[in-house]
Amino acid sequence: MSTPSQGQLSRDEVAHLARLARLAVTDEELVLFAGQLAAVLDAVAQVGKAGVEDVPPTTHAVPMTNVMREDVVRPSLPRETVLAGAPAAEDDRFRVPRILQEEA
Amino acid sequence: MSTDTLVDYDQVLTRYEPVIGLETHVELGTASKMFCGCSTTFGAEPNTQTCPVCLGLPGSLPVANAMAIESTIRIGLALGCRIATWSRFARKNYFYPDIPKGFQTTQYDEPLCTAGHLDVEVDGETYRVEIERVHLEEDTGKNLHVGGATGRIHGADHSLIDYNRAGIPLVEIVTRPIPGAGAKAPEVAKAYVTELREILLALGVSEVRMEQGNLRCDVNTSLAPIGSLEWGTRTETKNVNSLRSVERAVRFEMRRQAALLDEGTRILQETRHFHEDTGTTSPGRSKEEATDYRYFPEPDLVPVAPDEEWVAKLAAMLPELPAARRSRLSDEWGITPTEMAWLVNAGAVELVSDTVAAGASPSDARKWWLGELARRANDAGTDLSDLAVTPAQVAELIGLISAGTINDQLARQALDGVLAGEGGPAAVVEARGLAVMGDSDELVAAVDAAIEANPDVAEKVRGGKVQAIGALVGAVMKTTRGKADAATVKRMLEERLTAS
Repeated sequence: MSTPSQGQLSRDEVAHLARLARLAVTDEELVLFAGQLAAVLDAVAQVGKAGVEDVPPTTHAVPMTNVMREDVVRPSLPRETVLAGAPAAEDDRFRVPRILQEEA
Repeated sequence: MSTDTLVDYDQVLTRYEPVIGLETHVELGTASKMFCGCSTTFGAEPNTQTCPVCLGLPGSLPVANAMAIESTIRIGLALGCRIATWSRFARKNYFYPDIPKGFQTTQYDEPLCTAGHLDVEVDGETYRVEIERVHLEEDTGKNLHVGGATGRIHGADHSLIDYNRAGIPLVEIVTRPIPGAGAKAPEVAKAYVTELREILLALGVSEVRMEQGNLRCDVNTSLAPIGSLEWGTRTETKNVNSLRSVERAVRFEMRRQAALLDEGTRILQETRHFHEDTGTTSPGRSKEEATDYRYFPEPDLVPVAPDEEWVAKLAAMLPELPAARRSRLSDEWGITPTEMAWLVNAGAVELVSDTVAAGASPSDARKWWLGELARRANDAGTDLSDLAVTPAQVAELIGLISAGTINDQLARQALDGVLAGEGGPAAVVEARGLAVMGDSDELVAAVDAAIEANPDVAEKVRGGKVQAIGALVGAVMKTTRGKADAATVKRMLEERLTAS
């Protein structure tokens, strides 16, 4: 995601983010969130001011690599348990609302 | 169903130059999933192979499967890739119920392998396909669309999902754009996937059964006017799940795009779906921009940093790769690259190799697999390898011919029996009484009868016209219904007709 300059975040950008996150946002909320998100981005942008040119990027709190497991099968959950957590199930499968915008 | 206007294929090439690219997904053959211990067995009851990790339940943590990482590195090595010394997983965020987690764990800017290549041959010409990257990710679940027509999403009321496949390790192999194949572009695409499949089989990293979805291709195609410095806009055709369809998909897109370009219509950069039944493509979901996926490094997995020693060890353990193997076998069998290409196209390399290993001569093995057996497979509409005869049985059949027990014609009858499940060649020969007649009384009688029935011919032979003997041999073969050995019959006739 591109960092907007100096606390500016357009309504369209917020609308786009809302669509990607599948959130229904009203016009009033778009304006409200544009302001609030801009403030958040401003706060995060403070980090950019630190002099870290010589410091390699850190993406992990622990300096570990190559944590792996052997390729061994372990028991799965019982299906009843799995589907008990689903909002809806049918024919031993998770049931979801119809998927729009794609033709297969 | 398709209403697309199409340009004749030959016409396309008079005006446009195609550029193709392929993204191939390979399901690895590990016993357990990529980040959890759930089984990967194909065909299990729906949702019986899931756990908190692959369902993305709160608090669960993934741990990478060492075998999957090793397999990916081996694929990279086989494709001549540079193996990264530092590699990470990333989250690709999108909403589609085939992933239960709300994101797919994949690799983004730090893949395990980069910058390789694979040479493929089409009609005696070699094309180098540059590999951009090989990365590791997880497969998605399977959707079943309910309502509407025949499981299609269009018009469906709702969808049902089986997450058994979600989380199975999936390797994605991405080529760089392949220009310069011209009219051969569809065949180069097919040859690339074919060769890649052979390599994956040789490595033993996947079962690569396309019908089970172990190997799936997305085919990118674009056209540019001949002489243009810029490439055209590409489409990405998904669901291309057989070798034949890879070729068909490229060919169809070239013909469809040419028609649009001819009338001045812009090509949309879009995802299209391939339809196996009609060989056509249709528009799919509009392509999201990479930024829309909001990739970020996966915080729950630590980086993978393959050390040199490990990579060197894996490189040393690579099996003989298909191209090298074909070259070696060509030398051993004394055949030309073109003859080897016939064997490859017929899917007969392993079968011939196994038949030779079972004791047959390379030329006999090739003759039977490319001749009589290829004919049987063709008649039955199956692949050679699906015929109900093993390489060992073919070697046995060839052995019976060499020993003079049967001739070629009887061997074909013996083969009928083997294919009908009557047992091995020797057993069928025994049961059906197919063995050639030796110097038996019955054969002596048949030879005498032939001479008696054809006095003119016999006289010619006696008079020195030796080639006339063929007619007598034919007569004997006829009365013995092919059970006699032609050489024996000829010898016996000669003895009788030249002795007196």
